[in-house]
Amino acid sequence: MSITATVSQAEFTRAMMDAGQPAPEGLQDQNAQPAGRRFSVYRNNVAVSLTEAMHSAFPVIAKLLGKQNMDGLAGIYLRQHPPSSPLMMFYGEHFPKFLEGMEQLKHLGYLGDTARLELALRRAYHAADATPIAPEALGALTPDALMNTRLALAPAVEVLRSPWPIHGLWRYNTEDGAPKPEPQAQDVLITRPEFDPIPQVLPPAGAVWIRALMGGATIGEALEQAAAEDESFDLGATLALLLQGGAITALDSKG
Amino acid sequence: MLDAAAHDKLPAAPGVGYKPQHFAQITEDAGSVKWLEIHAENYMGDGGRPIAQLRHLSENFAMSVHGVGLSIGGEGPLDADHLARLKHLVSWLNPASFSEHLAWSTHDSHFYNDLLPLPYTDASLQRICTHIDQLQDTIGRRMLLENPSSYLAFAESTWSEPEFLAEISRRTGCGLLLDVNNVFVSATNLEFSPQGYIDAFPLDKVGEIHLGGHDEDEDDHGRPLLIDSHGREVVDPVWALLDYTLAQSGPKPVLIEWDNDVPDWPVLEAEAARAATALERVPA
Repeated sequence: MSITATVSQAEFTRAMMDAGQPAPEGLQDQNAQPAGRRFSVYRNNVAVSLTEAMHSAFPVIAKLLGKQNMDGLAGIYLRQHPPSSPLMMFYGEHFPKFLEGMEQLKHLGYLGDTARLELALRRAYHAADATPIAPEALGALTPDALMNTRLALAPAVEVLRSPWPIHGLWRYNTEDGAPKPEPQAQDVLITRPEFDPIPQVLPPAGAVWIRALMGGATIGEALEQAAAEDESFDLGATLALLLQGGAITALDSKG
Repeated sequence: MLDAAAHDKLPAAPGVGYKPQHFAQITEDAGSVKWLEIHAENYMGDGGRPIAQLRHLSENFAMSVHGVGLSIGGEGPLDADHLARLKHLVSWLNPASFSEHLAWSTHDSHFYNDLLPLPYTDASLQRICTHIDQLQDTIGRRMLLENPSSYLAFAESTWSEPEFLAEISRRTGCGLLLDVNNVFVSATNLEFSPQGYIDAFPLDKVGEIHLGGHDEDEDDHGRPLLIDSHGREVVDPVWALLDYTLAQSGPKPVLIEWDNDVPDWPVLEAEAARAATALERVPA
C-alpha cells in the first residue's frame, strides 16, 4: 500500500507559477493517472487572467510596446509581483519601477512615468465622491484672507511630475488626431469633475503649488514655494484648473 | 413601481451577471432579466461611476453579490481586510443574496485571480466550515456556497462533492449555489453522471442556480477537457441538465454568467429569455 500523496497549497502554487515543474503528485485524473495537462488549466487561467488585467490597467503602455511585448512583460511581472489583494482594479502598482528596471527598455525612459499616469487615472476613477465648492466662495474673500486660506482637495485629485511628455504621450495614444508629443518635461493634474478622470498639463510650478496645498499649506505659503521654483508661476491659471475640475471641496480661512 | 421590500429576496426568475457596458439598456428595458449579480471585488473602490451605477441599479433590481476573492478554502486565515470590505459592501447595498465559492485563491498573501481546487477531506471540511462561520458572523447573514468546475481530482479526497457540500451546509447553516454548467464540466472531465450528481445534491438548500458557457479542450489522452470560461452561450446539454434540476428542485433564481468576450445586450438577454422559458415549464 502506498501512502496517499497530499498536496499543500504552497506546493500547488509553486508548481502553478513555474511551468518547468511537474504537476504535484496527488493530483490526478479520473483513472488515478497523473493530472498532466489538467493541471496546466490552472497555470493558464492564472497567467491569462493576470495578463488581461495588465492590458486593461495599462492600455497606453500596451500600445507603446505592442501586444506581444506587453504579454511577455506581463508574464514576467505577474510572477515577480502576483496581486497582493483581490482588488484587481488596483493591480500593477509596481509596474512603473519594474519597467524602469528592465535593461532592454532603458532606451524608453518615459515608460515608467507613463505607467504612473495610467495608475493615477485608475485611482482617480475609483476615488471617493466629493462635492466641490461654488467658485464664488473664493471670490468673496479679500486678497489677504485668500492668502491665508487652506484648500481641501477632492480625493480624486492627483499630481504627477515627469521629465517626459507623459500627457502628450497619453493623448497621442488615446485620442484620434492628437499631436505628436514634443520632447519636454510635463507636470500633470488629474481631476474628476464627474465620473471620468481628466488629465491636464500644469503650468510651470503648478505642481509645486498644488502639492504644497495637499500638504496643508495656505494659498500664500504654497505660492511662495511655487514662486521659488519658477518666478513666472501663474496662480490664477492653476487655481482655475482646480475650480474647473471640481477639485476644491472646502475652504478653511481660520488661519 | 419601486418597492424596496420586493428586493430582499432573489425571485425565481432569470438574472444576469451585470456588465457596465449594458447599463443604459438595462435601465431602459431589461426584458426577461429580473435581477442582477455583481462580483463583489469590482465594487470595492471608494466611489465614482461603479458605485453610482450600483446604487442606481439596486433601486430597481434585486441584487446578488457574488464574491470571487475571499479564498474560503485557503489553508491560511481569511484576510481580515477583505472580510471588512465585504461587510461594508453588504451593509450599504443590502443585497438579496451573498455567495462565494468552494475554492481558494490566496496563498501566502498572494492573490491568484482564479478559483483553485480543494481536496475533500475531514481536515479541509473543518477549515472551510470555520471560515464560513467567520464570514457569516462578520456580514451578519447566511451565505450561499458554489460548487466548482473540476479539471482534476485529489488522491487524498474521501468525500464526494455533493456530500461534502451538504455537510458544510448542515454544519454552518449556509445555503448552496448550484452551478449547473460546473456540474456538466466536472462530470465530463472526471467521467461521472451529471444527473447522478444532481440526484445526490441537497436541492432544498439551493438558493440560486448558475449557467454559463464553457470551452472545449483535450487532456493528455485525447479525452474531452471542458474549461469553465464564461465566454459564450450555454450549450444544449447544460440547458437539459437545468430542466432536469428544476424538475426536482422547483423554480429557483437562475443566473446567466458571461464574463469574457461579453456580447451585446440582446444576445445576453436572449439567454435570460431561454432561462425564463425553462422556468415556465416548472410547476411552482
